Amino acid sequence: MSGTENQMTGAEIVLQALKDNGVKHIFGYPGGAVLPIYDEIFQQEEIEHILVRHEQGAGHMAEGYARSTGKVGVMLVTSGPGATNAVTPLQDALMDSIPLVCISGQVPTPLIGSDAFQECDTVGITRPCTKHNWLVKDVNDLARIIHEAFRVAQSGRPGPVVVDIPKDVQFATGTYTPPSAVPTQKSYQPKTQGDLKKIEEAVELMKTARRPIIYSGGGVINSGPQASHFLRELVELTDFPITSTLMGLGAYPHSGKNWLGMLGMHGTYEANMAMHDCDVMVCIGARFDDRITGRLNAFSPNSKKIHIDIDPSSINKNVRVDIPILGDVATVLEDMVRLWRAAAKTVDKARLENWWTGIAKWRARNSLAYTPNDDVIMPQYAIQRLYELTKDRDTYITTEVGQHQMWAAQFFGFEQPNRWMTSGGLGTMGYGFPAAVGVQVAHPESLVIDIAGDASIQMCIQEMSCAVQYGLPVKIFILNNQYMGMVRQWQQLLHGNRLSHSYTEAMPDFVKLAEAYGGVGIRCEKPGELDEAIRQMIDTPAPVIFDCRVANLANCFPMIPSGKAHNEMLLPDEATDEAVANAIDAKGRQLV
Amino acid sequence: MSAHLQPTGSAYFIAKETELAETHTLSVLVDNEPGVLARVIGLFSGRGYNIESLTVSETEHEAHLSRITVVTRGTPHVLEQIKNQLERLVPVHRVVDLTVRAANLGHDRPIERELALVKVHGSGDHRVEALRLADAFRASVIDANIEHFVFEITGKPSKIEQFIAIMKPLGLIEVCRTGIAAMNRGPQGM
Repeated sequence: MSGTENQMTGAEIVLQALKDNGVKHIFGYPGGAVLPIYDEIFQQEEIEHILVRHEQGAGHMAEGYARSTGKVGVMLVTSGPGATNAVTPLQDALMDSIPLVCISGQVPTPLIGSDAFQECDTVGITRPCTKHNWLVKDVNDLARIIHEAFRVAQSGRPGPVVVDIPKDVQFATGTYTPPSAVPTQKSYQPKTQGDLKKIEEAVELMKTARRPIIYSGGGVINSGPQASHFLRELVELTDFPITSTLMGLGAYPHSGKNWLGMLGMHGTYEANMAMHDCDVMVCIGARFDDRITGRLNAFSPNSKKIHIDIDPSSINKNVRVDIPILGDVATVLEDMVRLWRAAAKTVDKARLENWWTGIAKWRARNSLAYTPNDDVIMPQYAIQRLYELTKDRDTYITTEVGQHQMWAAQFFGFEQPNRWMTSGGLGTMGYGFPAAVGVQVAHPESLVIDIAGDASIQMCIQEMSCAVQYGLPVKIFILNNQYMGMVRQWQQLLHGNRLSHSYTEAMPDFVKLAEAYGGVGIRCEKPGELDEAIRQMIDTPAPVIFDCRVANLANCFPMIPSGKAHNEMLLPDEATDEAVANAIDAKGRQLV
Repeated sequence: MSAHLQPTGSAYFIAKETELAETHTLSVLVDNEPGVLARVIGLFSGRGYNIESLTVSETEHEAHLSRITVVTRGTPHVLEQIKNQLERLVPVHRVVDLTVRAANLGHDRPIERELALVKVHGSGDHRVEALRLADAFRASVIDANIEHFVFEITGKPSKIEQFIAIMKPLGLIEVCRTGIAAMNRGPQGM
């Protein structure tokens, strides 16, 4: 590169670098420090910019976009408040391993550190909530840094990155270097191939297991469709039962015969009991989170544990494992399936019979049961009907955070990966609706539904305006019980039923609210009218807010109360007022 | 089931740590880029790890590599986490637990040296005694007038601790220490 070849302004470099990294959509909000970039966006057509109503919305949209496509989500925000508003989605993406590139404007280089208007220390503030971040001080570094940002965001364990670009750098002229000409940072070279010796060891252990279980997680989704393919093949070949974390739903189909349902705090009885009693646990792309393990020193006490993960720091973090395998899930599973096939003849399939008989008994406990009601809509019933009426369509589901999220995970069956977008690690209320908008941008012809709660939806409701502007027919399905249901459930469990500030006395009229934004509002209060109302929602080619009035005081069971072990679950039929009030002792109360 | 719930302890192991804490010295090779030290120390503070000593300097100028030496204290489990978390940082090339490496090589511990400047104020017998002890510790005088000395001393941290303790009754004014520089014995690099 010499002379005037590839000479561009910083703003032009940003757009060129985004195009060269395959970006088609960006989610953003303009402001003083990004005006040069917005001027470039105005003068091109290859990249579509979606104007959000709040930077948090831009971040969650980019997350939904990324999670449903496997591509990197891109957001663009201005300096100061633009960047600080991006912090929540950045941390959300960090905890759920979502590849995100956030480009932020910064005050001009000479003003940095002077407390200038809309200045903040963006790289300082976002350092702990990103995988990596950069402040670009020289326009000639800009192209390299953006290419590197895309590589870091999507390779290894995916995550969010921030590229902070001062306004003078956006105006300055420098050399553009295409991605192929940029050397990668030597220090960051994640390992994807698993150690074959360890995989052989794992297969040996799995061959002799009498009570095995596969516990899979979001890493299988992140690793791509191949990973789900090999996971299904492995289950088929081994006939092992499989459970999954909240983040991993869809990697193995809900209709598969070896499926035990989700595990963890609100997981099924059979999944948690099988985890507790197993002799060999194969953890694939999950991280032994506290929602999963319950009380750690009682977690699956008699099992040998195999852990496949791309992130070395996830291994032995919470739970000691016997065979750690570092590598990409798809690559490791491919090797594992090959080794299992080679050894299949020597495997005694009958050894699992007793195990499956035991599991059948736990299944018969029917831990997701609830008492049906003809007069009020039970929230579980609402999800079941939503599932039945949408399962034959091309459907994507997002959620907010709370009881509705757990009911969605329990009652909506996922057959494919990348169809389920939820905030697992950070538990961000307000995630679901913008995420659904992002999914709809990526899949304009699909049915995209945000299963929401009445409290969560109000945290990012402003994006209705965005959905209407771009004609994105996202459906918001609110399980409206007028409570912050999960907060109330914990107050009932832990705080003597003193419902401090978990009841919303002034609720907006969601139908009118939808109409005010230019969308469509639907309200349903009777179980008998639910199917017809859901059909009407599906058939509406516009953003819909569906106000589904559900039983106010329903709680989410089964549940492992905090501080308890997998085999100390609270089942729905045992969850009397007294049992609920005494389920958690003084020590468990300190936990979250 | 719920009817027979036993009182239980905490859900987290940290409340009932059975392993003993150990002090280890880590060498971290990083790209010398803006903010890299903030990333490393932010990781320690954010995840609740300890820093007992920290030294940083560019060691390979052409490659822009800096070597961070950090002395930290934790259980073997926490120390393993610290190493893994450090390795996850994008500008980090390599992390070596010198204490573990030394044990593997059959040594008691890695070579650890520190430099300190020690200012002592005094007159008469105290002054004579300070100078005599400095000589015994091989500390050199780098500044003095008739009322004070500034000593420069290098050596193992324990030796420096001892020297400072002895200087206290003799008129110790201030101390500045570099923190520990460390590497393993033998021909291999980190």
